[in-house]
Amino acid sequence: METNNVKQTDKLTAKDFASAQDVRWCPGCGDYSILAQVQRTFPILDIPKENFVWVSGIGCSSRFPYYMDTYGFHSIHGRATAIATGVKIARPELSVWVATGDGDLMSIGGNHFIHTCRKNVDIKIIMFNNRIYGLTKGQYSPTSEQGKVTRSTPYGSVDYPFNPPSLALGSEASFVARSFDREPKHMQEIIRRAADHKGTAFVEIYQNCNIFNDGAFKDLTDKETKDDTVVVLEHDKPMVFGKNKDKGVKFDGFNPIVIDLSNGKYSMDDVTLHNEFDASPVRAFILTHMSAEGHLPTPIGIFRQVLKPTYDGGVAAQLEQITKKKGEGTLEKLLFSGNTWEVE
Amino acid sequence: MTKSNGEKELQSLKEVTVRFAGDSGDGMQLTGTQFSNTTAIVGNDMSTLPDYPAEIRAPAGTLYGVSGFQLHFSSTDVHTPGDNADVLVAMNPAALKINLPEAKKDAVIIVNQDSFDSKNLKMAGYLVNPLDDDTLAGYKVIQVPITSLTATALKDTGLSTKEITRSKNFFALGMMYWLFNRPLEPTLEWISTKFKGEDMLIDGNTKALKAGYYFGDQTELFSTRYSVEPAKLAKGIYRNISGNEATAIGLTAAAKLSKLPLFLGSYPITPASDILHYLSRYKNYGVKTFQAEDEISGIASAIGAAFSGSLAVTTTSGPGLALKTEAIGLAVMTELPLVIVNVQRGGPSTGLPTKTEQSDLLQAAYGRNGEAPVVVLAASTPIDCFDMAIEAARIALKFMTPVILLTDGYIANGSEPWKVPNPDDLEPIEVEFATDPAKSRPYSRDENLARPWIKPGTPGMEHRIGGLEKANITGNVNYEPENHHFMCNLRAEKVKNVQRVIPDLEVDGDDSGELLVLGWGGTYGAIVEAVIHCREQGYKVSHSHLKYIVPLPKNTGEVLSKFKHVLIPELNLGQLAHIIRKEYLREVITLSKMKGLPFKSGEIQTKILEVLGGGNGN
Repeated sequence: METNNVKQTDKLTAKDFASAQDVRWCPGCGDYSILAQVQRTFPILDIPKENFVWVSGIGCSSRFPYYMDTYGFHSIHGRATAIATGVKIARPELSVWVATGDGDLMSIGGNHFIHTCRKNVDIKIIMFNNRIYGLTKGQYSPTSEQGKVTRSTPYGSVDYPFNPPSLALGSEASFVARSFDREPKHMQEIIRRAADHKGTAFVEIYQNCNIFNDGAFKDLTDKETKDDTVVVLEHDKPMVFGKNKDKGVKFDGFNPIVIDLSNGKYSMDDVTLHNEFDASPVRAFILTHMSAEGHLPTPIGIFRQVLKPTYDGGVAAQLEQITKKKGEGTLEKLLFSGNTWEVE
Repeated sequence: MTKSNGEKELQSLKEVTVRFAGDSGDGMQLTGTQFSNTTAIVGNDMSTLPDYPAEIRAPAGTLYGVSGFQLHFSSTDVHTPGDNADVLVAMNPAALKINLPEAKKDAVIIVNQDSFDSKNLKMAGYLVNPLDDDTLAGYKVIQVPITSLTATALKDTGLSTKEITRSKNFFALGMMYWLFNRPLEPTLEWISTKFKGEDMLIDGNTKALKAGYYFGDQTELFSTRYSVEPAKLAKGIYRNISGNEATAIGLTAAAKLSKLPLFLGSYPITPASDILHYLSRYKNYGVKTFQAEDEISGIASAIGAAFSGSLAVTTTSGPGLALKTEAIGLAVMTELPLVIVNVQRGGPSTGLPTKTEQSDLLQAAYGRNGEAPVVVLAASTPIDCFDMAIEAARIALKFMTPVILLTDGYIANGSEPWKVPNPDDLEPIEVEFATDPAKSRPYSRDENLARPWIKPGTPGMEHRIGGLEKANITGNVNYEPENHHFMCNLRAEKVKNVQRVIPDLEVDGDDSGELLVLGWGGTYGAIVEAVIHCREQGYKVSHSHLKYIVPLPKNTGEVLSKFKHVLIPELNLGQLAHIIRKEYLREVITLSKMKGLPFKSGEIQTKILEVLGGGNGN
């Protein structure tokens, strides 16, 4: 069986993961890119095709499973992580993925999300963040910026948005990353790294909704601006950015500051190295809060990943351990357990 | 039937109802459970009713903090925990006040004399000590200074005053063991297991139990002790079992019978949590339990497990069932096998969490958006929870459908002796996973209209399911008007097809006549006893009990048509009556009770006699 599977996966291509269903997202939607990068990445993961399961909730992003020729479950709003948790506990050998959006995961599914992270269930959560409700036609979402004018907030939204990676870190997620729909190579790399991670992997993908929130990430993805607005996090490498790699992020205590590497005052040695395996989540937490708002570049890449035992692994181990100790339960043992007495 | 036993009379009784009552911190549930287990082992038939408040440790001495435990045991068949107590043990004035109405007019009342001080009397609202005035006239009152006798017996154990005071329930239990001529050994064994490694507590509780026993023997307060001969139960191995434990064992047995792993997704809720507790111990039976973050995750995780090939279960009580509503609809649409156990409690909203009711029947039958038919079953006794849990799993797996199993707080917490079935007599549950793409499509149909079950991990069978409307056979998303109409009818027909595999409705008594009492669920025992008493008085009355409610057994209409009157007693405002009227366009007589307590057989008897023109039954 093992060798068969390996043989089979060797031959897989992106096309093998495309289902027969017509893709029905709006033309120009960022979701197309995410689908393409997943289909390009899956063949190289060395996982038998039949062992992939995609679970989604409700929203544009949650149509994703229909377009993947894997096992798929398009469920109900907000519950994808809970359903995926059940799949993974029941069948730890499966590779379980969640496709979700900022409304599905951060709003109605918020409770399931934080508890999935806390438990470190070995599932991969790909959150398409377009900062808007698309499928219900344009209401503000829990990641929309304050003051957002939408159909449900004609005078601007009053509430503060969630910072998804920061929420994930706060919920003890063991792998937290971000990528962009417009950065295919980077996204493929992050998806591959998420797949390799053993534990809850949370990947936020900034995704453009060209109908209801067009240009939300324009400054971060446009060729002309992105070098100066985005810093790519790489492990053990200095956090440099800028067209000429002439700017760096330096931690001044708990404050990240941008230093200029071109005027001779600072050198590359002054730029802080990114450590994605940092035992403490503090640095990663600070990184998630970097954005143009604070005159800082927006990071993409892996904020942090740590290895710790998974929930599903723990459940399976306990089952094995107790079975070894007590012996496999039989129907007879079950029925005649407890205090019994005989009537003659 | 009396004989001499030293200086005391030993009187033989056919049946006795005993009620233990005290503060919720007095250990009355434990005392009652111990007395029950010993009584079962002695060989009496028996039924119990734990009756406790929602507060874990309400302030001592208050009326709302009173916790009670009633059991009825007999040398013949027992069907209910007894209407009114022959013996009431009241550990304080509040317990006396609350429970006196539940005792027979000439009952033996044993009180803890020490607790009848001015503070406790005031808390219970007694202006005058009821032990001193005529409040208890007509009762056989026995005053025992339980607290101080326990303190004296345990003074050299090294236990703290608090620990000694907490042992007084064992003194009371020992006294009752003497009074009813029961052995101490089962409880002594329990004490040594429970407090293993805590020798002082073993010593203390053992001393308290024995002190109570010897006190009974030596005191002049008791002139008579009683014996209840073993019941003539069928030969076999027995164990005492509550409804929740029977449900847990039944679900695990179903997993064994179907050779599937069992998955439980659940969130703690009274009075269903014990099922989660029991199942979480069965790890060596391949049972995986997931204590979810909320009710919705409980069912959602179970749906995920069902999708991936487990026998999946979620357990809850009324408010939790309400939260699971949308997900049940998803299981209907995706046609996955799922068992949903609802241990009903008093509602609406938080309602009466620790009290029983049958008011979720319509929620179970209809409470979803869209046309979302599910199978609804109801267990009738603690033991029946075992059989119906297996039935629920069998139907869910055979028809690829969610099945709601209704039990209630009364049968869930109540216990009775169970003749353990021979494992070989339990019918295996056939399950086949589809593996051949040439033979099965995701939504192709068998003769019952069930779709195939296809596990992730099966090569070549990759497919997508979900909450959007599906096309038959292919299972692809389909919004076409004709298709939706077709699929809604198909799902309804599939559930209706369950009629093919369920037994016909049986009639106890004549199969035609003036009156049929039609019950469902936990009212079984009270109806049986009421019917027996009516027949003893010469009345003709028949009884049928529904365990399958959606769909109803196919002969139900025919059974009902043979009777002039149909009386439906239920712990709600007429929910089964609503279904029967709708299904068969016939009038029924309802008997409702919404007090958080099960029916007393006398209440049903009175109604039967009223219908039959036999007066008011007094």
